[in-house]
Amino acid sequence: MVEFKNVTKIYDGPEGKVAALDKVSLSVQPGEFLAVCGPSGCGKTTLLLTAGGLLRPSDGQMSLDGQDPYVLSPEMRSRLRARMIGFVFQQFHLIPYLTVWQNILAPSLAFPTKEADQRAQELVSRFGLDERAGHVPAQISTGQRQRTALARALLNKPKIILADEPTGNLDEGNANTVLGYLSQYVAEGGCVLLVTHDVRTATHATRSLQMSRGKLVE
Amino acid sequence: MKIWHILAREILHRWLSFTLGTFAVIVAVGSLTGAVTLLKLHDLQTQKILNEKEEETEKKMAVLKDEMRKATLKLKFNLLILPKQQNIRDLHMKGYPSEYMPEEYVTRLANSGIIVVRHFLPSLQQRIKWPEKNRTITLVGARGEVPNLHKDPRKPLVQPVPLGTIVLGYGLHQSLGLEVGDKVKLLGKEFTVHKCYEERGSKDDFTAWIHLSQAQELLDKEGLINAILALECICQGAEGLLEKVREEIRQILPGTQVIEMGTKAIARAEARAKVGQEAKASVERERRHRTQMRSEREFFAAVLVPLVMVACAVWVGLLAFNNVRDRKAEIGIQRAIGFRARQIMFLFLSKFFIMGLLGAFLGIFAGLGLGRWLGLVLEDDMEGIATAGELFIPGLFLLALIIAPVLTVISGWLPTMVAIRQDPADVLREE
Repeated sequence: MVEFKNVTKIYDGPEGKVAALDKVSLSVQPGEFLAVCGPSGCGKTTLLLTAGGLLRPSDGQMSLDGQDPYVLSPEMRSRLRARMIGFVFQQFHLIPYLTVWQNILAPSLAFPTKEADQRAQELVSRFGLDERAGHVPAQISTGQRQRTALARALLNKPKIILADEPTGNLDEGNANTVLGYLSQYVAEGGCVLLVTHDVRTATHATRSLQMSRGKLVE
Repeated sequence: MKIWHILAREILHRWLSFTLGTFAVIVAVGSLTGAVTLLKLHDLQTQKILNEKEEETEKKMAVLKDEMRKATLKLKFNLLILPKQQNIRDLHMKGYPSEYMPEEYVTRLANSGIIVVRHFLPSLQQRIKWPEKNRTITLVGARGEVPNLHKDPRKPLVQPVPLGTIVLGYGLHQSLGLEVGDKVKLLGKEFTVHKCYEERGSKDDFTAWIHLSQAQELLDKEGLINAILALECICQGAEGLLEKVREEIRQILPGTQVIEMGTKAIARAEARAKVGQEAKASVERERRHRTQMRSEREFFAAVLVPLVMVACAVWVGLLAFNNVRDRKAEIGIQRAIGFRARQIMFLFLSKFFIMGLLGAFLGIFAGLGLGRWLGLVLEDDMEGIATAGELFIPGLFLLALIIAPVLTVISGWLPTMVAIRQDPADVLREE
């Protein structure tokens, strides 16, 4: 599904060039929940954004469902993201002035489908957000916010979910709930690439990798 | 859900920023509309003032014209048409003309269409001995006025002397003890005294007037006259009057000459005409004053309005930049979940368009109100001319509704470009 072959990403920093990814090779297949663990600044988020078609690698090859997203035009890459990828972030990144219902439906504007409303309703019910559907993010709990973000990520039935510290701001109960939903998604045939610094989170994954200074260690 | 749901929710969420932006457009459109309204008010007020002044001048001129008519009669403001061969020196020496011309001349003049003279008074004058009374008098034969057939008929200035009657100057009727109705003989013919004049202090005091035909008979001058008095010559204005009359009469009656009767009256007529001219000049001065005032206001508006508009455009641009900064994370996540650049652009530019449209609509009315208020402060007596209906300019309204949104979108264009060029990876990494 997602494949990295010797992918390198170098940033130009004030103290010279920094390799956030150093010849990284990995692959995540459908039905797989891969957790990449590592300390802050080791290149986890860069790995995730590169996988999401948002950050062009400096070197190496990356493919998403067999296709290199970086050969596509920005417009086509946006469509590819909307159709195939769901993002979940530590900070939730919900749009503050939209209701829970509207946040969940937002990806349908990028990739419209006839069943978007029905799918959103299913997700609202599945994540226990029925009573909060008309509320804006500021009016709901952090756990509900992350569930909303997860529902948004799942709206277009993506082939992969890229999750960046999805439980970083959650208590243990809510963290387990979110990870449970991700596992359920994998069990239904999806695949998840999750990056975290929390080793406990990685226990929910089917496979985990360690990352250190831009390099992967089994 | 449609994209405009996001647009509407965002406007409501950041209502202060939207209100401030709309306010900037209201100020820009309002200042333009206000300036145009003020100038329109100025024009209406100018028209009103000039109309009033012109009306006043016309009234003044009518009064002057009437006074002139009276003055012309009273002061003998007349012209004397004489045979060409008449020696003017002799005329002044003798006090009456000594040469003759056909009486038919007066008819020719009356039918000629001459425009500067209203009445003609043909006369035959001669100094004679009044044998029955042993007096030397000036005998004037007059048949009354011959009206100019090409002018509006007016009441005659001089009433004719009826046949068989005589009119006597003050010196004559006083010294002879004659009164109206008395019978008196002149050159063997009997006349009834028709009128006795008050003292005039001129040769008229020793003049007797009889009907022209009887004078011609008594003086043996059948079909002849020696003067035509042209009356009410002021009708075309006193300036250059004599020359105009002379020129016209010369063309109609080549065998005559024209002299002026009553310089004092002409001076007065000219003075009166000058008052009329002064009234007209005052209208012209007012017109110039208003035009200058308009130019000053136009200049002020031409400087101020663009400045205000540029300041407002900058203000909208700054608000837009601030909006982009506030929405950095939001734009990042929208790009991450697949929003295309044109969708982000639509969200921003539509907001500026709505801001411009709403601001233009409100700005028009704010400007109308402001312009009207300023007009009332700056101008006197605007009663009846400052109605909103009169001041509303549909063309300007339409123009503002088109131009303001376009300019607002242009003001927000650069920040929008910044928003869509923002790298979502940078934003998400920072967050």
